[in-house]
Amino acid sequence: MRFVRRGPAIAVAAIASLAIAVPYLPLANPLHLDIAHRLAGPSWAHPLGQDEFGRDVLTRLLWGARTSLAVAGGSALLACVGGVLLGLVGGFWRGVPEFLALRGMDVVLCFPPLLLALLVVTLIGPGAATLIPVLAVLYLPGFVRVTYAGVLTVCAQDYVEAARAVGARPGRIMLRTILPNVAGPVLVQVSLAAASAVVLESGLSFLGLGVVPPAPSWGLMIGSARATMVQAPLLLLWPCAALSLTILVMNALCDALRDWVGGQS
Amino acid sequence: MSWLPRRCATSLLLIWVVASVVFLAIRLVPGDPAELLLSQGGVAPDPAAVSELRTQLGLDRPILAQYVSNLRQVLTGDLGQSLQDGSSVSEQITLRLPRTLELICAAALIAVVLGIPGGLVAATDRNGTFDHVSSYAAALAMAVPVFVVGTLLVLLFAQYLHWVPAGGYVPLARDPVRHLTLLAMPALTIALGLTASVFRMTRAAVLDEQRRDHVRTAWAKGLTRRRVLLRHVLRNALMPVVTVFALHLGTLLGGTVLVEYVFNYPGLSGLLVEAVNARDYPEVQGVVLVISVLFVALNLAVDLLYAVLDPRIRHA
Repeated sequence: MRFVRRGPAIAVAAIASLAIAVPYLPLANPLHLDIAHRLAGPSWAHPLGQDEFGRDVLTRLLWGARTSLAVAGGSALLACVGGVLLGLVGGFWRGVPEFLALRGMDVVLCFPPLLLALLVVTLIGPGAATLIPVLAVLYLPGFVRVTYAGVLTVCAQDYVEAARAVGARPGRIMLRTILPNVAGPVLVQVSLAAASAVVLESGLSFLGLGVVPPAPSWGLMIGSARATMVQAPLLLLWPCAALSLTILVMNALCDALRDWVGGQS
Repeated sequence: MSWLPRRCATSLLLIWVVASVVFLAIRLVPGDPAELLLSQGGVAPDPAAVSELRTQLGLDRPILAQYVSNLRQVLTGDLGQSLQDGSSVSEQITLRLPRTLELICAAALIAVVLGIPGGLVAATDRNGTFDHVSSYAAALAMAVPVFVVGTLLVLLFAQYLHWVPAGGYVPLARDPVRHLTLLAMPALTIALGLTASVFRMTRAAVLDEQRRDHVRTAWAKGLTRRRVLLRHVLRNALMPVVTVFALHLGTLLGGTVLVEYVFNYPGLSGLLVEAVNARDYPEVQGVVLVISVLFVALNLAVDLLYAVLDPRIRHA
């Protein structure tokens, strides 16, 4: 029995708990304007300085973590639930459900990911509320395929046959017998989807097509700091560092989970 | 040999489904596109103008008739007119697509030239200094999003060092040197993450291949190190790398959006973002369709290439 490498897991947990705790921390209001001190450098009151509207950068950075992780976690979980159900049903019953689930995913995979997100944003308009379902659709094929492949392997095992022989209903077999046995790869897929969602969310927000201002988001902060990058390079560097560091630890967690699941089977 | 026609038919079917999805998606939006287009800043549009635009877009006809005429148009290569200035969408795309392809090819070239030898050396020097340093560098390079890399490059090389302009585009025919200078930064930006992924794939594939029996045989025959590594290890290891790399290039077709935006590079994705912001439906539809068709075609090409290289697939 091997364990998940601790480092990445602890780092991701730390970032996540920080993001959850943000509203309860003694921080300035992320939307409070202070035009008189726009682009001010670091000070005791504002450890990371103030942005182009005089808002506190540290506060916005922390709230940005909340936005990023909420969108990433929300879309990964939504895709996970939908994809696992489709994969289970398709792999268990085969035939028509199998065809619909797998070919449907082929259609989603025809679009480069960022492109599909752009198309939907054009149609529905930007915002975190559209972003989560859109990203969930993008990650759906991964979950369907992983679950489907797992279900096919598991269904051939004797214990599934045994469950059938005992007279268990299909729903019970799928959720209680098959699902726990395909959970490992699905978990890896969740981490991959969440890491990729952080990248996509920040990219779309950077273009002004993701999270809507004035809500704080790292992509938005980087986008708006571009205009003042010569006067206030730090304003650009903070969100860049926060975003890259988050993706780095999330990628490391993905690798660690994959090694762990690979080592188990 | 029924594999080939079946695979091609699937691709054609997928392209048809994609065209239909794009068509339907635009018609299924809640609200009237014509009204949506004309209402700016919460002001209700003039009903006469709305109905005129509806006629112009053909939105007043039954949806099935719209669908058929739309498909017929697309088949003849006519993607309609832009709502912004009435220019032909197909012409816009043929103007801008080559620029994006050039950018992708330049980035791919850098990634292959650096990534494959890098991966080979790291794998043969497993747990050595080069292996450790380059593996960490690759993990870092994969973690920094392209728009961050691009923005930081602009800050460093354009704003502080003034080595290159911050962005833009000059046709090759007009000024080759300037064309390549302007191409370099966006290409390097894309290449950074791409190189890292090629490096990691090559390293993993070579490590895997080195353990195989045929490689042990090659060593036992007394072949030179160079010959074993290049002919017996790398050649086999590159198969999966080439596949994944080609698929990666496909996602870049839509993924250059951010880089083109950062460097103000007038490629295909730049056109898409402009169209998205202007809610220019025919243009969005055209660009998405062209990119998706290219994407499907690339996937088909990869499968065919794979079948040529590995006969087991054809007979499966």
